[in-house]
Amino acid sequence: MARDESVGGRVFDVLNVVLLLGLALITLLPLLYVAAGSFASEGEIAARPFFLWPKHIVTDTYDYIFGTGVFVRALATTVGVTLVGTAVQVGLTLTMAYPLSKRRLPGRALVLNLVIFTLVFSGGMIPTYLVVRNLGLLDSYWALILPLAINPFYLIIVKTFFQQLPEALEEAAMIDGCTELGVFRRIVLPLSKPIIATFSLFYAVGIWNDYMSPLLYINDSQKWTLQVLVRQLTAPNADSANVVQQLDSTLFPEQGLKFAIIVIATLPILLVYPFLQKHFAKGVLIGSVKE
Amino acid sequence: MATDLERPPVVQPEIAPPAAVKARRVIRHGWLYLMLLPGLAYFLIFRYWPMYGLSIAFQDYLPFLGYADSPWVGLKHFEELFTGSDFTRLMTNTLILALLTVVFVFPAPIIVALLLNELRQRTLKNSIQSIIYIPHFLSWTIVASVSYLLFSADFGVIAGFINDIVGGPRADYVAQEAWFRPIVVLQLLWKQTGWGTIIYLAALAGVDTQLYEAARVDGAGRWRQFWHVTLPGIRPAIVIMGILTCGHLLDSGFEQIWLMTTSLNRSVADVFDTYVYYIGITQGSYSYSTAVGLFKGVVGVLLIYGSNLLAKRFDERGLF
Repeated sequence: MARDESVGGRVFDVLNVVLLLGLALITLLPLLYVAAGSFASEGEIAARPFFLWPKHIVTDTYDYIFGTGVFVRALATTVGVTLVGTAVQVGLTLTMAYPLSKRRLPGRALVLNLVIFTLVFSGGMIPTYLVVRNLGLLDSYWALILPLAINPFYLIIVKTFFQQLPEALEEAAMIDGCTELGVFRRIVLPLSKPIIATFSLFYAVGIWNDYMSPLLYINDSQKWTLQVLVRQLTAPNADSANVVQQLDSTLFPEQGLKFAIIVIATLPILLVYPFLQKHFAKGVLIGSVKE
Repeated sequence: MATDLERPPVVQPEIAPPAAVKARRVIRHGWLYLMLLPGLAYFLIFRYWPMYGLSIAFQDYLPFLGYADSPWVGLKHFEELFTGSDFTRLMTNTLILALLTVVFVFPAPIIVALLLNELRQRTLKNSIQSIIYIPHFLSWTIVASVSYLLFSADFGVIAGFINDIVGGPRADYVAQEAWFRPIVVLQLLWKQTGWGTIIYLAALAGVDTQLYEAARVDGAGRWRQFWHVTLPGIRPAIVIMGILTCGHLLDSGFEQIWLMTTSLNRSVADVFDTYVYYIGITQGSYSYSTAVGLFKGVVGVLLIYGSNLLAKRFDERGLF
């Protein structure tokens, strides 16, 4: 970038730094407030409109959450569905991307076009819902996993990645008597560890954050995920006491719960965020390369 | 050449007919096809079966009769949609949100990327990037819930600000019609601006530094370098993102809109995506809601191809 030592240029530079720092602050403040509120008492939340540090740090809300069946069950459900779902999604994406990366495979173009078409057009919400229902998957955890099992964008990125691997390596293994499955398992997968890690995280975040699937496919409140619980507690006119099956509504921190449940649903994302950030820019850009 | 003619004719080895070659290649790649199978099954079941299911938009679908035996009714549901009173409201709400997106949400990452690009302190630039990418990874449920807290009539800080300006008793602004669109746009800005800069920053990094040097030699100041080198440098990226935005003009983002809809703001909040949910899932009108979804999907495809065509008209590369 050009060095600009004029007065106007320097004023711009200062303003620019201030503006961008302001932007970063606006990004963080709501989250910091929620975190602070989750450690504050009910009285403090009601009395102070905005704070980044509670006057008295109390953990009542978290004690309540981790001692209440509804929350523990939703947490366990979400963790379980995310783990199994990610494994299924990554497995399916990798195994499908590999054959699609073989340019000389007869029929490859047809399958690839089938995949690409789904990027432009889809059956939509209701027909997909009916398929899930016809398969008997309503109120099943699989309904949170299978309809989204392969993200066509990710599939194409992984396929592009496989195509960039040195072909000589695979040929050598084939000559040594490896089957194509063997090549995939012993040569391709070990070389793909970074991209597998990246897309595992992407898929995991996708399932963890998914609200539409449980909204469409899960009626049974015993199978609620964390996101559903967040919504149930923070929706306008939410009946929190009923949601947590707490009959004595004086006993529980109604406002604090809203803050704490948001923190619990956000924390895992923030924990994996540094790893996401390390890879995502690359992922986004590989996808934009035309074949 | 002459020597060639004198050679005895070479006996050509028998070439297998192409079909047989193909068959042999298919068999040789057995493992690859086996690996393709689960993924293909997924696409057929969860992506193409629903497309076949779109046929119920032309039927009065009855679950116990299935796709094949439900009575066909032609364009009845589409007529109902286009002549019904809901259509104008849905179209208006969807288009206003689309317009607001194009005017406010689309340029935001371009501006922020350009500002970041002018930042000289590398570590500061990286830290700001790391922070503004975060909201992209948070769910809409979280974004909506945080909004409800900030706008809460009881203790919300933003509700307090608005109250100071507007005056009068504290109100539940988040539920009011007038505040629905501003809040939705603010949420989009907060969640997507940072992430949106990635593609432009990549384009900016790809601008040839020699162009800047040449411009400087020619006496161009910072502003003229920006205008004549930087901006043209990221024009292809802007065009591509513009095409993508136009292609999704009718996609209002189901989760976001659904989560921000209250019983009081339905008149401005209802868009095609959420309408399909209410009519289809809540009320069980599968055929009519599928027709609404199909209409939206077809318009979406037309928009993508249309904007791509337009981009090519203006001498840009286009997406396909």
